[in-house]
Amino acid sequence: MPAVSKGDGMRGLAVFISDIRNCKSKEAEIKRINKELANIRSKFKGDKALDGYSKKKYVCKLLFIFLLGHDIDFGHMEAVNLLSSNKYTEKQIGYLFISVLVNSNSELIRLINNAIKNDLSSRNPTFMCLALHCIANVGSREMAEAFASEIPRILVAGDTMDSVKQSAALCLLRLYKTSPDLVLMGEWTSRVVHLLNDQHMGVVTAAISLITCLSQKNPDEFKTCVSLAVSRLSRIVSSASTDLQDYTYYFVPAPWLSCKLLRLLQCYPPPEDGAVKGRLVECLETILNKAQEPPKSKKVQHSNAKNAILFEAISLIIHYDSEPNLLVRACNQLGQFLQHRETNLRYLALESMCTLASSEFSHEAVKTHIETVINALKTERDVSVRQRAADLLYAMCDRSNAKQIVAEMLSYLETADYSIREEMVLKVAILAEKYAVDYSWYVDTILNLIRIAGDYVSEEVWYRVIQIVINRDDVQGYAAKTVFEALQAPACHENMVKVGGYILGEFGNLIAGDPRSSPLVQFNLLHSKFHLCSVPTRALLLSAYIKFINLFPETKATIQEVLRCDSQIRNSDVELQQRAVEYLKLSSIASTDVLATVLEEMPPFPERESSILAKLKKKKGPGAVSVTELEDNKREGGELNGGGDRGPDTAAMAASNASTPSPSADLLGIRSAAPVGAPPASTGSLLVDVFSEAGPAAPSAAVNDDGFLSSAPPSEDPAPPLSEADELLNKFVCKNNGVLFENQLLQIGIKSEYRQNLGRMYLFYGNKTSVQFASFTTTVSCPGDLQSHILFLNVQTKPVEPLVEGGAQIQQVLNIECLTDFSDAPLLNIKFRYGGALQNLTLKLPVTINKFFQPTEMSSHDFFQRWKQLSQPQQEAQKIFKANHSMDTEVLKAKLLGLGTALLDNVDPNPENYVCAGVIQTKSQQVGCLLRLEPNAQAQMYRLTLRCSKDSVSRRLCELLAQQF
Amino acid sequence: MIGGLFIYNHKGEVLISRVYRDDIGKTWNPSYTSPPSPSHWNHMRNAVDAFRVNVIHARQQVRSPVTNIARTSFFHVKRSNIWLAAVTKQNVNAAMVFEFLYKMCDVMTAYFGKISEENIKNNFVLIYELLDEILDFGYPQNSETGALKTFITQQGIKGQTKEEQSQITSQVTGQIGWRREGIKYRRNELFLDVLESVNLLMSPQGQVLSAHVSGRVVMKSYLSGMPECKFGMNDKIVIDKQGKGGASDDAGKSGKQSIAIDDCTFHQCVRLSKFDSERSISFIPPDGEYELMRYRTTKDIILPFRVIPLVREVGRTKLEVKVVIKSNFKPSLLAQKIEVRIPTPLNTSGVQVICMKGKAKYKASENAIVWKIKRMAGMKESQISAEIELLPTNDKKKWARPPISMNFEVPFAPSGLKVRYLKVFESKLNYSDHDVIKWVRYIGRSGIYETRC
Repeated sequence: MPAVSKGDGMRGLAVFISDIRNCKSKEAEIKRINKELANIRSKFKGDKALDGYSKKKYVCKLLFIFLLGHDIDFGHMEAVNLLSSNKYTEKQIGYLFISVLVNSNSELIRLINNAIKNDLSSRNPTFMCLALHCIANVGSREMAEAFASEIPRILVAGDTMDSVKQSAALCLLRLYKTSPDLVLMGEWTSRVVHLLNDQHMGVVTAAISLITCLSQKNPDEFKTCVSLAVSRLSRIVSSASTDLQDYTYYFVPAPWLSCKLLRLLQCYPPPEDGAVKGRLVECLETILNKAQEPPKSKKVQHSNAKNAILFEAISLIIHYDSEPNLLVRACNQLGQFLQHRETNLRYLALESMCTLASSEFSHEAVKTHIETVINALKTERDVSVRQRAADLLYAMCDRSNAKQIVAEMLSYLETADYSIREEMVLKVAILAEKYAVDYSWYVDTILNLIRIAGDYVSEEVWYRVIQIVINRDDVQGYAAKTVFEALQAPACHENMVKVGGYILGEFGNLIAGDPRSSPLVQFNLLHSKFHLCSVPTRALLLSAYIKFINLFPETKATIQEVLRCDSQIRNSDVELQQRAVEYLKLSSIASTDVLATVLEEMPPFPERESSILAKLKKKKGPGAVSVTELEDNKREGGELNGGGDRGPDTAAMAASNASTPSPSADLLGIRSAAPVGAPPASTGSLLVDVFSEAGPAAPSAAVNDDGFLSSAPPSEDPAPPLSEADELLNKFVCKNNGVLFENQLLQIGIKSEYRQNLGRMYLFYGNKTSVQFASFTTTVSCPGDLQSHILFLNVQTKPVEPLVEGGAQIQQVLNIECLTDFSDAPLLNIKFRYGGALQNLTLKLPVTINKFFQPTEMSSHDFFQRWKQLSQPQQEAQKIFKANHSMDTEVLKAKLLGLGTALLDNVDPNPENYVCAGVIQTKSQQVGCLLRLEPNAQAQMYRLTLRCSKDSVSRRLCELLAQQF
Repeated sequence: MIGGLFIYNHKGEVLISRVYRDDIGKTWNPSYTSPPSPSHWNHMRNAVDAFRVNVIHARQQVRSPVTNIARTSFFHVKRSNIWLAAVTKQNVNAAMVFEFLYKMCDVMTAYFGKISEENIKNNFVLIYELLDEILDFGYPQNSETGALKTFITQQGIKGQTKEEQSQITSQVTGQIGWRREGIKYRRNELFLDVLESVNLLMSPQGQVLSAHVSGRVVMKSYLSGMPECKFGMNDKIVIDKQGKGGASDDAGKSGKQSIAIDDCTFHQCVRLSKFDSERSISFIPPDGEYELMRYRTTKDIILPFRVIPLVREVGRTKLEVKVVIKSNFKPSLLAQKIEVRIPTPLNTSGVQVICMKGKAKYKASENAIVWKIKRMAGMKESQISAEIELLPTNDKKKWARPPISMNFEVPFAPSGLKVRYLKVFESKLNYSDHDVIKWVRYIGRSGIYETRC
């Protein structure tokens, strides 16, 4: 705002404001404002015309009152009148009032738009600027509709003043952000890009913001900007600090422009043109060189500006990830910053290094700074910097330094801030397992972890220790000894008691030889913790006790005494009471042999199948329906654990289930460890897979990481990824909308519509955390032979925003064209960074052949005629299967309609049967399909018959449909 | 019990803070095993800040006198620009806390006059001294000004003899803590004020929607020795009882004038057991000024004024208002300080007023027409008419028409309460009931006296 000359100041306004400031209390202030409002109302009453000055003054007062938080419901007309004034100050106040106070649906918007139009077409640059600023400030859809076509013209017109061009560029940017559909660049594109060559640096700076935003949406249209940007950048970088006059900031030439240019370049892959690339590399080198030069000024602004460019350049280098030389230099530069005085610099350096660590070229270089980073973790004052240091340690960890890093992180955990403990625990657990060379080290680490930060150790972590201990003979004795020692601490965490209970119950005998850990000592130690624990832990301990009876018969009397006491056998908790009663009976009735069988050591955890599949099997196999069914559902987990050696003796089985201490359904979610005896290096466990970065994401990686990070309900628990994906696929055969996938981090929703051979699918990615996802990318691929030979399915995707803020949702649109019939579904691969760690996820997109059905209505006669025409044996596919769901008529009808076919009434002579007809539309051909479903309610079976003009289609549809009913 | 007591100025700065229990202010996340720095000061600081942020500086004005923040309750009262807040984590009797806060205000007023920032700052040592005395570990103690003044003085420490000191001890801990022995006056005088405030909400048609009177009997006694007093009024229960017991001519005269008291509370000096059994009010009065009882009535209230509003909207830009007030009491009595407040719409741009009596003015700062009449006798009528010009606004919101409110003061008790007798017995000293000079005064004031329009 230009300085208002003395004579122009509004005395009345100044007096009013000072009155308000001097008010002693809120009440006094309200009184003063009411008085002023009454005064303004009487002035605006319209009896006498007000001159421009007083109008301006009163509008100003109203604005001030509004900004104090009071409602203003008049004066808009006066403000609009001010717009047509020829005095700058009056016009300015008018625009100010309007941009602050006029809401978009006001009736006045037409008048306002008219005034803006007049100003835009005037030749006065200050008026044009005011109008542009107002459009940008209001930025409503109406404004965009009215002016979106006009502003690009102003922006590229040859005779527009530079200052107006700047405003126009930023105004357009604002309109584009609010209503991208209205701002169509089309013809202006090339001229806007050429603004990068403008003489005026201000115009370039404004234009580059616009171009960056536009090119993120349509990278192809703006491709030409890369070479222009590079040449501009090289001109700035190579210029002497005095060349750019006004745009030199503390001896740094045009720092903001440089940063923006570098950021624009990050929207594109490295330039293909060798000359351009060479020039760019030269620029980047110059920037890195300049960082080494002694500072030209001691002022903090100088170093800030210089570092801003440097960090932007490093981001670009990381983005390209193709120049090993530059990457290493960047890493060294960051290494220097790690010890800088400035906290912000240290933070930024750690953050950038985190991304550098994931590049193969610079990983080694990053590792050289390990000591500094560890030091930062220990001594840094600022918690956010410590957090970054922890992230970096995690990112730079590999086999060579795992032990050191894990040890450092553990020791830091003792003093770590509460806010980052949980994350640290998770990281330590992941690293410890991923790089465990020797299992006693692993057990030590995890037990330490529980000891130090028990509250933050999730269930999965201790389940995992137990699995590994049970599956590995060589570590069992050591584990028993370690937990025994750990339990001797006067106060130990409940998770420790759980692990201790389980392990001593299983392997207590291995250390019983030592008189210091004789059975009774072990039992007393465990029992001393009993009363301090929660119910689930107590239940686990009871199971451990009964195992003790088996392991050490000499403890039987003591334990029976414990079980018999009222606090167990009459416990108000059903679970505890039942366990106490059953175990007591078991121990007194059963002979030693039976007891030994029932309470046998837990078998190694098998390479387990998906919990969903296991569930399915259980339902089908009638033999499996046993006493366990009667027990609490929670035990399902236990049952499946024992499933490996299920004997015919149901009683024994039930007992063994009951004695499986609590690994609930969650445990199943974790895929079991590698087969016993596999080399530790290739432990194909879930924890490891979290790390499998980059590369064509194997679906397993995605699914495993879900299993670890989330405690998803068992039905969603993915195990072998493909079956999981198939399961998802089946969910969507008969419906088009729903939640495709969900874990703790991410939710993917889907909405799709199909017409003939075309489809459109909307994918909604929701970030469920409060942290942003960086470099979020999605790719859709067609697997297997689909991909190589014939393109059955043409899927076009539009790229998504690389950043997903915490709690935000982004949308992606997929256009699908069915070229010919297909059986495999396309794969959707999602990659993103969550707190430094790369997440990788592969899912099947629910695109199935039946989506392209067109319903066909036909009479009974027509139907049977066509049915007979399709009588070749390969054209028919038939399947008889058991009902998975209830055989409700309405549900069946809904499903068949959801399939996309027409449901034909009165065709089949038997009214129980369902008959459908439809045509599958593909680009190359149309496939007619007839379907007949014959339910048998008594046997709970269906017979499904399909006849299609193409044999592959019948088979595929039959497969799909058989799982639906 | 009260955990702590804070006094703030209008800016939210703490003037006085006294913490009795350290459970207040523990607003940490309970999942942490120990607070980051468990210093006592930090706890208190937290509670102090919580109240300032959530009540004093709240974006919306906080109307409720009790605020719960992080399982801590804040009870506050406001005296001009000063906030008094009692804080507790326990489930206390809120009425007790407020009673204490009011008592505290009374005590402070008795010691240094008006409660203002200046006065509090000047007397902060005294206030801490008082707080130590009237609240022990959060339990209220003796808050009788007269008694407190005997041992908490604003002057320097006087050389008290051992006897005097032991006398204080025996008095403070004795049965009659509110009066000391050996008081002597040349003239035994007794002043009795019946102060009532009458509250009313009336519909535009003149229908009473709600009405009640809350009254206080305030006494000032200058009596020698340890006199026993007996106070009698036209309480319906007492009168009826007497009517049954005989004295038929007396009952006939005063029976219809008796009033039904809904509820009442007494000063601690009144013997409650006697009130419960005989419904007679007998007491040994404190010396000086005190409030003997408080009561509330809801039946047969004499409404001193009737307001008849007439509001007419003429188009979108004009409003005509006519208000008539009628006084409804004996013509010989005079009402004083009459003020009628007629709210105006928020988009008022000009007002013309004509009134027959008194002065009327449009006060823009309060969005109301204020009509003041100095005096008005009973059974009279007066009228005001106003034309209000309005400015058309963008808002389609209709004016909510707040009620017309009124203030006045009349020299009788609107509840109909009458003092029948006030007897003084002093057996040890040689003065009798007849020697005591007694003054009785009735004042009826408006509380919230509103008529909808």
